[in-house]
Amino acid sequence: MRLVYRHTLPIRIMHWINVIALSLMLFSGLQIFNAHPSLYWGNRSDKGKELLTLGAHRDSAGNLVGTTRIGGHEFTTTGVLGVSKGSDGTPEVRGFPSWLTVPGPGWLAMGRRWHFFFAWVFVLNGLCYVGYSLARRHLQRDLWPTRGDWRGIGHSMLEHIRFRHPHGEDALRYNILQRLAYLTVIFVFGVGIVLMGLAMSPRMDAVLSPLVEAVGGRQSARTIHFIIAWAFVAFVLIHVFEVLISGVFNQLRGMITGYYKVDTGGADPGGTDAAKPDETISAEECSHD
Amino acid sequence: MTDRRSFLRMAIMGTASLIVAGCDRISQSSWGPKVLDKAEGLNRRVQALLAPSSAMAKEYTEADISSIFHPNGTTMPGTPAYQALLANQFRDYKLQVDGMVSRPALLSIDDLKKIDTRTQITRHDCVEGWSAIGKWQGTLLSAVLDHVGADPQACFVVFHCFDDMDVNTPYYESVDIGEARHPQTLLAFALNDKPLPVPNGAPLRLRVGRQLGYKQAKYLSRIEVVKSFNAIGGGKGGYWEDQGYEWYAGI
Repeated sequence: MRLVYRHTLPIRIMHWINVIALSLMLFSGLQIFNAHPSLYWGNRSDKGKELLTLGAHRDSAGNLVGTTRIGGHEFTTTGVLGVSKGSDGTPEVRGFPSWLTVPGPGWLAMGRRWHFFFAWVFVLNGLCYVGYSLARRHLQRDLWPTRGDWRGIGHSMLEHIRFRHPHGEDALRYNILQRLAYLTVIFVFGVGIVLMGLAMSPRMDAVLSPLVEAVGGRQSARTIHFIIAWAFVAFVLIHVFEVLISGVFNQLRGMITGYYKVDTGGADPGGTDAAKPDETISAEECSHD
Repeated sequence: MTDRRSFLRMAIMGTASLIVAGCDRISQSSWGPKVLDKAEGLNRRVQALLAPSSAMAKEYTEADISSIFHPNGTTMPGTPAYQALLANQFRDYKLQVDGMVSRPALLSIDDLKKIDTRTQITRHDCVEGWSAIGKWQGTLLSAVLDHVGADPQACFVVFHCFDDMDVNTPYYESVDIGEARHPQTLLAFALNDKPLPVPNGAPLRLRVGRQLGYKQAKYLSRIEVVKSFNAIGGGKGGYWEDQGYEWYAGI
């Protein structure tokens, strides 16, 4: 057994700031979405051309029924989407339920304040992360796939499907799927969601209209913004799942204190032997997934 | 399995509820909104830097126009003053222009048509999230400001409206002088080649090319050129601003 200093302090701080910022962006974003719970493609919001609508109607008994309409298909989603219990416990018409929105009750003005405040936190934190990771060669060394990584992609996929994770020294290195996942999340999801957010701003559109038109229009940008938000949620669910099945306490310790326990396999009479930060093996910040 | 699933569901909903409840307390505190408000000034300054004041909103083609331009907010002002004008097809309508101007004026729609006009097909983006495209014809606000001799020391233009949002709470809005003098800022009297319909703000409304829908005040009765809007309405520069929306509506 050996404790390895795996995640440096700036990385740990930025990771947890990102957790807070992303959560609040999601919750306040759903509050904003609830003000007009429909998505469209193009530049206009034409009635009858919705790609997705969270709606409501009353049944013959007068009860509120929540519906989710995707394309031509309508699903009853009372209790969660379209109609759910408000703060006073009675069903009310609202896209996403109050336990998923900031603020809980319908309050667009306040939702926007939360969203734009944490948008700055998210962007500045993200820029610091990329700058730091480039300077410390974390991106180049730990995230950019090597030729060897690409050759092992089939093996890595099989291992993931079997929920088997590298042990010992191998666990200190990002595998190819982790590298691709992190690069995608940072540079496709992260950059994409910010650009699509800016593409919804009428003032920014005075200079961003080529981008807005390239994605199909302002309503397309809004739809893509929404889809990437849920792609982030999917990533986080997978990420947390992988943490849970690959030694949750060790992984959490790694991202909180920086130290990650490595099973060296052989007898280790000396017990734990913490490597000093500067003596760390190759990657000083590695995966926590 | 069902137990584990319901436990998971309860855990997720419970955690989310706790976060939401915590945020609600911050939203209702006196300090929380003030901290969150810091972003508004940052948005205004950074957007002014990235999209300079001269940058133009995209203009669309006839083919892009929405078949129905969805009217939001008031669609029929109930005030006696407005109803009287409507009864006479707005023939007696006069826009009052005053405040920090050297030549206060009362301008009919015909008077306005004689000052510099412009036609533009622009997109309207509501704070709620939807968009519509319309063809607007109107008088350049900057030309009106020149016509009345607006004081160069003035900072804002305030738009007073006929519609009451609440008892004795008329709609109003404001933009700064830079936005007021932008070439796409119009006092619009026509939508899609027809006189402005009542639901869309007849007889005259504001069009600002690069801000959200709530800035586009309808049913204009008076334009006031001011140094500060602190003493007007709730003091935040607009009806929705007084309800907590940002004064800067460029995002």
